[in-house]
Amino acid sequence: MTAMIKAEGVRKSFGQLEVLSGIDLQVDKGQVCCLLGPSGSGKSTFLRCVNHLETVTAGRLWVDGDLVGYRQRGDRLHELRESEVAERRRDIGMVFQRFNLFPHLTALGNVVEAPVHVLREPKAAARQRALDLLDRVGLADKADAYPAMLSGGQQQRVAIARALAMRPKLMLFDEPTSALDPELVGEVLDVMRGLAADGMTMLVVTHEMGFAREVADTVVFMDGGVVVEAGTPEQVLGDPRHDRTRAFLAKVL
Amino acid sequence: MTTDTPPPIKAVPVRHHGRWIAAAVVLLLAYQVGSALLSSPNLEPHTIGEYLFKDFVLEGVRTTLLLTVIAMLLGTAGGVLLAVMRLSANPVLRVSAAAFVWFFRGTPLLVQIVFFGFLGALLPRLTITIPFTGIAVFDQPTNAVMVGIVPAVLALSLNEMAYAAEIVRAGILAVDKGQTEAAHALGMKPGLTMRRIILPQAMRVIAPPMGNEVITMLKSTALVSVIAGRDLMTAVQTVYAQNYKVIPLLAVAAIWYLALVSVLSVVQWFVERRFGRGHRATSGGGMFR
Repeated sequence: MTAMIKAEGVRKSFGQLEVLSGIDLQVDKGQVCCLLGPSGSGKSTFLRCVNHLETVTAGRLWVDGDLVGYRQRGDRLHELRESEVAERRRDIGMVFQRFNLFPHLTALGNVVEAPVHVLREPKAAARQRALDLLDRVGLADKADAYPAMLSGGQQQRVAIARALAMRPKLMLFDEPTSALDPELVGEVLDVMRGLAADGMTMLVVTHEMGFAREVADTVVFMDGGVVVEAGTPEQVLGDPRHDRTRAFLAKVL
Repeated sequence: MTTDTPPPIKAVPVRHHGRWIAAAVVLLLAYQVGSALLSSPNLEPHTIGEYLFKDFVLEGVRTTLLLTVIAMLLGTAGGVLLAVMRLSANPVLRVSAAAFVWFFRGTPLLVQIVFFGFLGALLPRLTITIPFTGIAVFDQPTNAVMVGIVPAVLALSLNEMAYAAEIVRAGILAVDKGQTEAAHALGMKPGLTMRRIILPQAMRVIAPPMGNEVITMLKSTALVSVIAGRDLMTAVQTVYAQNYKVIPLLAVAAIWYLALVSVLSVVQWFVERRFGRGHRATSGGGMFR
């Protein structure tokens, strides 16, 4: 198996504050990795580093063999241009905690936007595919609705369809259910379960222990900007070796 | 079990005494102002009617509208450009845009208009040469270029650019940062993100003050009468300077400005509704009842 995400000693500081203090992590192709940990542990920041929404301060981070944000020539690193960064991001789907749907576009408009304007797909084909994707997330009848007319769960499912429209090789989920009413969490997790079953490589920051236990191939517990322990869900959630993991799980389970 | 629906509520409505008092005060004031105006021998309502649709007045209205449209088109386009420059990561663009806004907001519009009207006195010839070669791609006497409405258009649009830039900038900043991140995460480049995602949403914030800018511009065109700008105000001034019917002719101009602004206000209402798509309508009661 080959690595989709590989991190070696990744560090990230905001001014004086170090949020990531050396992360080593690997996610293989077709695998689902869940990042757990208390808030402020740096898991969202790490996720944002993967598609270069945050710049890594030290260490190395690769996605599908490409160094994130830089090009290596000899032993020197060259910063990528914004257009090159944009090209790399095309194959990485991202789903946000606050959905971040485009409020001036309908659900369908949100999904076709990037395929038409970034990939230059023909409009009719992009539209058909978008309708199929909306159908897949169970929202075929909401194609013409604006985000403000949809529930949180529906908005998040449109956001997933929007990311899938770019045919990503990797999907990043940043606490996708944390802003949802409890009864809407299930519908979003169902869509994510389906994606995992189809073999999508996924890195998921979540507080949904049930989802992590059931879907994840690996679970990574982070605290204070470092990986405390990583392994299968059975190991990390069932038989944690570190006190910090045990203390966290005792609070959330 | 009975499922009787309770009878509808019959209550004595709140009496709005304030409305009656306000109506009485307003009617009284309107009567006093109206009778004072109508009793003036210099208003000459029949003269107003006579001049309202005269050719020179209509020609002035046409020029006023033309000035407003051109100045707003150039002003808005330049304003968007300046706003994007001010928010750019490039420090040279940021500083030059700020300097432009500083200058054109910092001097009175009237001064700028007179300045462009007399540009020939400062620069007798307008010349554009290719640097280091001495080859002139454009070389004309200033007074041959600054003819007709050109100086007025220049002054009004450059001034408008500065104000539009601030409005557009505020609009762009009002769009949630998550929108940029979502667009970037989809592989959209900064230019595309601005054009397709940020600006359309910024329009909701930009449209109301820009509507006010159009209305302000329509009335500001009257200032170009100081350099004989051929607009509505220039037209009535030229005629009342000859026949001394100052008050009726000013009333003619006022009626036209008021009519045009009223039409623009209706247009503004539709434009704001159009750009409010995807957001709940913000209607509801006033602050006072």
